[in-house]
Amino acid sequence: MIEFSLDRGSGVSTYLQLVHQVRQALRLGTLRPGDQLPTAREVVESLAINPNTVLKAYRELEREGLVEGRPGMGTFVRHGVTGATLADHTRLRRALQAWVDEALAAGLDQEDLRTLFTVALADAARKGVA
Amino acid sequence: MRAALEATGLGVRRRRTWVLRECSLSVPAGRVAALVGPNGAGKTTLMHTAVGLLRPTEGNVRVAGEVAFVAQDKPLYDTFTVAETLTFGRRTNTRWDDAVADRLTGLGIPPRRKVGTLSGGQRAQVAVTLALARRPDLLVLDEPLANLDPLARHDVMRSIMAETADRELTVLLSSHVVSDLEETCDWLVVLNGGRLQVSGDIEELLDDHLVLTGPVEASAAGARVVGESRTGRQVSMLVRGTPPQDPRWRARRPGLEELVMGYLRSPEAAALPRPAGVGA
Repeated sequence: MIEFSLDRGSGVSTYLQLVHQVRQALRLGTLRPGDQLPTAREVVESLAINPNTVLKAYRELEREGLVEGRPGMGTFVRHGVTGATLADHTRLRRALQAWVDEALAAGLDQEDLRTLFTVALADAARKGVA
Repeated sequence: MRAALEATGLGVRRRRTWVLRECSLSVPAGRVAALVGPNGAGKTTLMHTAVGLLRPTEGNVRVAGEVAFVAQDKPLYDTFTVAETLTFGRRTNTRWDDAVADRLTGLGIPPRRKVGTLSGGQRAQVAVTLALARRPDLLVLDEPLANLDPLARHDVMRSIMAETADRELTVLLSSHVVSDLEETCDWLVVLNGGRLQVSGDIEELLDDHLVLTGPVEASAAGARVVGESRTGRQVSMLVRGTPPQDPRWRARRPGLEELVMGYLRSPEAAALPRPAGVGA
């Protein structure tokens, strides 16, 4: 089971925060295939957010093939979604580590790295990739 | 998309002053709409015409189904106990939902307490619960969160959000504090000086705007600038639609508060659906 939390003022929209938290939970293995996500009503009761926001997040996760809605029962993590994600995670992390090492060797500091990363993310978001 | 509330050319004049003018907007059913604007913008006037407390000078406003209204001062009978208040509500309303009314007990509000001795948060909770128990199709709340501490604000919004999760309920609520509305509302209506400035889906509005920061020399050619502010050699602006070409701009998505403030500071700017969209 997953319990959502909100980082108010993070600048990330609420529905994306929910999507990210499910993806993160899948990567970390705290959510596994067959697990049920909390109902919209449950999320709304604990976070005081708009139920449409929860439904939008769940639709997005469904569109990505991570979860499936079963009519009258709820939303469940689909079977076979975690393996590849975990492998990707490891591979990407290694590539990112190499990039960080290269940037530090080039004389950039941590703040420079964060700025570059944020700019790259923002560019990707504008192209509609992220 | 069925409209729960629809205003067409709505105007209200008090003596020789128009407090609301040329207001045409539509709130789709099932939405939680935030009505924001400075004091004297016409928020309460718009709400009063919607719930039938005030007759418009021109134009009209239509509401689909039953309406419940909670006024800003949350009028209740102070000498009634909480239990008596609920009994009164049950006897005077044909559509009354005991399950909704019973939630007050779950919120730790003692049934035998006199309403006049409740805290501000408890009083707001009783007023909102009374309105919800009438099972309205449209719930109109004038500044429901004013004078409440953060915990009470959260609790009141939880009650309203839970009800919208259970059935199709449209909510129109006004507030001064935009940050309170960011996670709860999905529709935005901005009034400024009696004029409608913004009306639309919040996510779509935020997706359609950018906050740009750059040096004062950067060119904003081609961008639809809502408003800008300068600090020394840096300029920051809110734009709608596609960003300008100049690579010196850094762009990010605005927060709801930034979007609202951007428009309020530029009363001549507007983000409204095309006239064809009104009444659709």
